[in-house]
Amino acid sequence: MKYIDEFRDSALARHIADNIASEAEPHRAYHLMEFCGGHTHAISRYGIVDLLPANVRMIHGPGCPVCILPVGRIEAAIRLAQIPRLILCCYGDMMRVPTAKGVNLLKIKASGADVRMIYSSADAVKIAQQNPARQVVFFAIGFETTTPPTAVAIQQAQVLGLKNFSVFCNHVLTPSAISHILQSPEVRELGLVSLDGFIGPAHVSTIIGSRPYEYFAEEFQKPVVIAGFEPLDVMQAILMLIRQLNQGRAVVENEFTRAVTRNGNVKAQFLVAEVFELRRAFEWRGLGLVPYSALKIKSCYAEFDAECRFQVPVLSIADNKACDCGAILRGVKRPQDCKIFGIVCTPDNPIGSCMVSSEGACAAHYSYGRFREAC
Amino acid sequence: MQTRGKIKPGYTRSLDLKHGCVEMAHGGGGLAMAQLIDQLFMAAFDNKYLRQMNDQACFPVSSGRMVMSTDSHVITPLFFPGGDIGSLSINGTINDVVMSGAEPCYVAASFILEEGLLLADLKCIVESMAKASQNAGVTIVTGDTKVVEQGSGDGIFITTTGVGMVPAGINISVERARPGDKVLVSGTLGDHGIAIMSLREHLSFHASIQSDTASMHNLVSAMTAAVPDIHVLRDPTRGGVATTLNEIARQSAVGMMLYENKLPIHEQVSAACEFLGFDPLYVANEGILVAICAPEDAEQLLSVMQSHALGIHAEMIGEVIEDSHCFVQMETRFGGRRVVDWLSGEQLPRIC
Repeated sequence: MKYIDEFRDSALARHIADNIASEAEPHRAYHLMEFCGGHTHAISRYGIVDLLPANVRMIHGPGCPVCILPVGRIEAAIRLAQIPRLILCCYGDMMRVPTAKGVNLLKIKASGADVRMIYSSADAVKIAQQNPARQVVFFAIGFETTTPPTAVAIQQAQVLGLKNFSVFCNHVLTPSAISHILQSPEVRELGLVSLDGFIGPAHVSTIIGSRPYEYFAEEFQKPVVIAGFEPLDVMQAILMLIRQLNQGRAVVENEFTRAVTRNGNVKAQFLVAEVFELRRAFEWRGLGLVPYSALKIKSCYAEFDAECRFQVPVLSIADNKACDCGAILRGVKRPQDCKIFGIVCTPDNPIGSCMVSSEGACAAHYSYGRFREAC
Repeated sequence: MQTRGKIKPGYTRSLDLKHGCVEMAHGGGGLAMAQLIDQLFMAAFDNKYLRQMNDQACFPVSSGRMVMSTDSHVITPLFFPGGDIGSLSINGTINDVVMSGAEPCYVAASFILEEGLLLADLKCIVESMAKASQNAGVTIVTGDTKVVEQGSGDGIFITTTGVGMVPAGINISVERARPGDKVLVSGTLGDHGIAIMSLREHLSFHASIQSDTASMHNLVSAMTAAVPDIHVLRDPTRGGVATTLNEIARQSAVGMMLYENKLPIHEQVSAACEFLGFDPLYVANEGILVAICAPEDAEQLLSVMQSHALGIHAEMIGEVIEDSHCFVQMETRFGGRRVVDWLSGEQLPRIC
């Protein structure tokens, strides 16, 4: 397949792997965090770890949109879906994340709620048009990549004069989450987590550009390499990070030049700014309350805000005590360090959110990499 | 005034196969049902066993081992590129029968029709079943029809049950995979699943890919003729090749190692899977099989498969290994290794 196979070429991969092996200094450990779930998925699916020397360790970050949504917000979505005659639209992965009681959107769908899986925010608008007598709520989640389509849906609904469409907004922001991780006591003071550099997001960066990462590369002296989601992209980014670390540099470099510019997609940014504004704080699973890390719908679009239209409860629900998702999302623990990993918590019976989406660190390791523990 | 002599049969209007719909009366056990059976099912499936109109079919069998398999077929849409629910319901059951190495003989078909289904559609489906069973050399010997109210079904559900006879000397079973055996697949992965998905109304993509639905009885008989000691045969339908291999690994208490660069996958299927966030290993098939045989038989088996019309794209995709954890693993095209795990729930699209 054109433009795909080139980025999965095994000879090139071997070549980069050889360079990594020869350039990584043997007495030094490299702890690199891939922020995005897309990278986590690629690393696991293509077995990239097999191509890296033992002293280059990949740490899975909190960039899986499904994983970081706290239980309280999922519970709120479930309550919305239980309002009689309401149609709740959401993206596929989201339907399987369980609440503290083990309920998820798939289960309440089976018991009669009208929950519909959609591929695009435009589908939710279409469903609202087709069902004028029913309220339609789009359960919007995701990082900067999925935010512009939600903005388009809201503006479209306004143009169409839809009175039955609203959005339960859970869009979050990448740079503030990365800063939060770097400022956490575990990284800064306790030294529990060594973080030497970041693989920066692929799709998110197509929207926001590479500029937003410049601040924390400089402030925290951590190199960032923005990389595409194909396995060769990830390998090349690892090599670029190792080179920066060897040379004592900490700047933002862009491996994903075929899609990411310094300023990003200005039109999309403008659209987002028209419809959304910053929340003062938002709860992230594993990270707790992170200031200015999420978006809410502006008051001029309040009629499309499900949190204004319905009584959406503000819930803060603790994760299952046995679940280490929080520590895993912060890079403090690896999936296999969690005592319920692969025992009680499996993709068929996920206790924590990291076991749900294939981008989640636990699901990716369980589904693709758990043979390594058997060796 | 009374007329003497022959009594004229009561007039019944012919089934309106152009504009008519299935009505509740078609399942009511009365004349309307008899008419539906006569004019539609009997007309299409006609054979001496059905003509007896008994509540059961009585048929001769040769001595030896008999296999039986049953399968219910539900699919939206009912008609898709490469087939329809009718051909699917025959091919699916025949394939389950022949994966034992058996020669298929007889089929029973049971219909649940939804009130309102167009008789024209039903006619197409029934004729497609007749054609598929003719192709496979099987006879539809008995059947049943029920009608449910509008809203209680999805147009039509078809359950078919097939029986076949296993020739002497054939012992194909899911627990017979042994370390060292080779794993072969007869065709490209995921064609059926992607063809169906491309037609679902909420997915706006177009593919010229066709469902691979086909009866594989001839392919299997060619394979067993060349290599009678095939260890395992399975048709990887729902859950795809990955699920089938995991089932075999668990039943045989072995592991497997696949080679990603050997997997035959149609480019359009790869592309559709890329943007839907699916893995072709988990996408449904209706006309391919997975075969496992001893290493010394593998080359011959592969060449027999490749010389058959349904096996042109056959490949040797991996081997059976010793593994107490029964992992199905894969060497990726990229040079790494990964587990090809059981599918968890339904395959749902990823967000990013």
